[in-house]
Amino acid sequence: MALIAARDITKTYHLGDVEVNALRSVSANIERGEFLSIMGQSGSGKSTFMNILGCLDKPTAGSYMLDGMDIAKLDRDELADIRNRKIGFVFQGFNLLSRTSAIENVELPMLYNGMPAKERRLRAMEALKVVGLSGRENHYTNQLSGGQQQRVAIARAIVNQAPIIFADEPTGNLDTRTSAEVMELFVKLNAESNITIVLVTHEPDIAAYSKRVLRFLDGVIISDETKAL
Amino acid sequence: MINVPSTIKIALRALRVNKMRSMLTMLGIIIGVGAVITMLAVGTGAQRRISEQISSIGSNLIIILPGSTTAGGVRMGAGTQPTLSLGDAEAIQKECPAVMHVGPVLNGVGQVVYGSQNWSTAVVGTTPAMLNVRDWGLSGGRPFTSDEVRSGAKVCLVGQTVVDNLFGSVNPIGQSIRIKKVPFTIIGILEPKGQSPNGQDQDDTIYVPVTTAQRQLFGTTFPGMVRIIMIKAKDAGQLYAAEKQITELLRQRHRIGPRQDNDFTVRNLTQTLQAAEQSSKVMTLLLGAIASVSLLVGGIGIMNIMLVSVTERTREIGIRMAVGARTWDIRLQFLIEALIMSLIGGIFGIIIGISGSELLSMFAGWPTIVSTLSVVSAFSFSGIVGIFFGFYPAYKASLLDPIEALRYE
Repeated sequence: MALIAARDITKTYHLGDVEVNALRSVSANIERGEFLSIMGQSGSGKSTFMNILGCLDKPTAGSYMLDGMDIAKLDRDELADIRNRKIGFVFQGFNLLSRTSAIENVELPMLYNGMPAKERRLRAMEALKVVGLSGRENHYTNQLSGGQQQRVAIARAIVNQAPIIFADEPTGNLDTRTSAEVMELFVKLNAESNITIVLVTHEPDIAAYSKRVLRFLDGVIISDETKAL
Repeated sequence: MINVPSTIKIALRALRVNKMRSMLTMLGIIIGVGAVITMLAVGTGAQRRISEQISSIGSNLIIILPGSTTAGGVRMGAGTQPTLSLGDAEAIQKECPAVMHVGPVLNGVGQVVYGSQNWSTAVVGTTPAMLNVRDWGLSGGRPFTSDEVRSGAKVCLVGQTVVDNLFGSVNPIGQSIRIKKVPFTIIGILEPKGQSPNGQDQDDTIYVPVTTAQRQLFGTTFPGMVRIIMIKAKDAGQLYAAEKQITELLRQRHRIGPRQDNDFTVRNLTQTLQAAEQSSKVMTLLLGAIASVSLLVGGIGIMNIMLVSVTERTREIGIRMAVGARTWDIRLQFLIEALIMSLIGGIFGIIIGISGSELLSMFAGWPTIVSTLSVVSAFSFSGIVGIFFGFYPAYKASLLDPIEALRYE
């Protein structure tokens, strides 16, 4: 069974009287351990699709099974639980808490699943080590460089041992060198920990790190290419 | 599942980040709680003073004064002519069911001599029941008995002021003193009672059997004459009944016709004071209510700041939601923040309120009493205000759409 099975996902927004079809009957399967890029121009529906897969948003129509669970049937709090246990997010703008130390940012997801303080700290230290930020635990996020901040965000995404990471333009605010470092980290996490990575990007050289590329245009998938090994 | 200690930590941090703003918001609560406590302390102080006065003269008290008599069409003032007698007192005791104790009084001023010391004091001739009427105990010795009253024994009870002025360190019980040159033996000492409602020293007195006072000290214009009769009714509810029964009985005994005025006056001492107590109670409530308004205003301040805070931290809320915060996690975070502000404000308010009351009694001389109840209720009220006014902002925060919150700049 696929980790992600989306069938005929449709998302329609109403802007005043105008109906905007952000997604028109999109279907896709993503297996455990895949490293997938979603590409497309802005407005193509790729972010909407990612938000739905990431359980931040619900489709207008269609079915979405995540790890065997029917997401459409879940309420707000149940979705929050799914995000907490199954999904890690990495955003273009990092989305870390300001005036808060790196380690506390990484601990954040564990605040919401009842983990004891001691274990939270241990796991957060471990996650920071994985992303190569040992020794910077107590730095405030605004004292860190962009690349370091994004690595804190990645540590936060993996700390609950979620099987999937959704990364929305994770290198959009980073220079080329740092982008490469961050992408190497994703490759490593995918290869060593078998974490499924879904990357949204419009840069071909970033998409090149992934094994499979979905292309969106006007709310539909126009191509689905898997790289030959 | 909700992690309360961490939530408290988050809230404290958020408050620290905006120190000035948090402090100003708390100030509203501090002033509110402080005002409630101070106002209640002022009111309670006034109330206590009045009830102390009530209990010092004795509770459920009725006093009968000899009345205005009419001599040839000229009406005399109350008390000008003695009309009351021991017989009246005994009859009231026997025939008025609403009456508990009766204490007849024949009093005057007398010079008292002990050894080389002398002192002028109020000498009260009465019966043992008087001590019950006035709720007055002895700090030593024994009261005089009915037998001693009947036989006109020369025994007396002395008040503390008299003891202080005549005896110094000598134990007065058993000593002999001379009241208006008549020798008396001291058999008991009256408990110190302090000032009466009109500022008289109630301890500056000597009690002697009423018969002795009649025969040896003051004389009477008719046999058995007393100046006033003090009465204790069975309870506060029976005061009015007792008054009525006494008036009827005395009119009968004094043979007063239906169209004639009473030759005595029945006055209810407690009633006036109770009315004063009642009005001071109302006053306390009123002061407290007015002060509570400022606490309410403080609460609105909290709501205002929390709403600003929710808007400012929309992105933070989005991040928390993205990593798995549920509705109540977010709600509780903001609720606890509001609650902490109001409770910290409450604690400082208590300090301000207590010191404010102290200052008032020190500098303005008002009696203030800070009751535990007022502190506890002002503190809990501040907590309730925090929850009440924190709820709407917290509710608003919890309903944000995570995607929009994450995009918020």
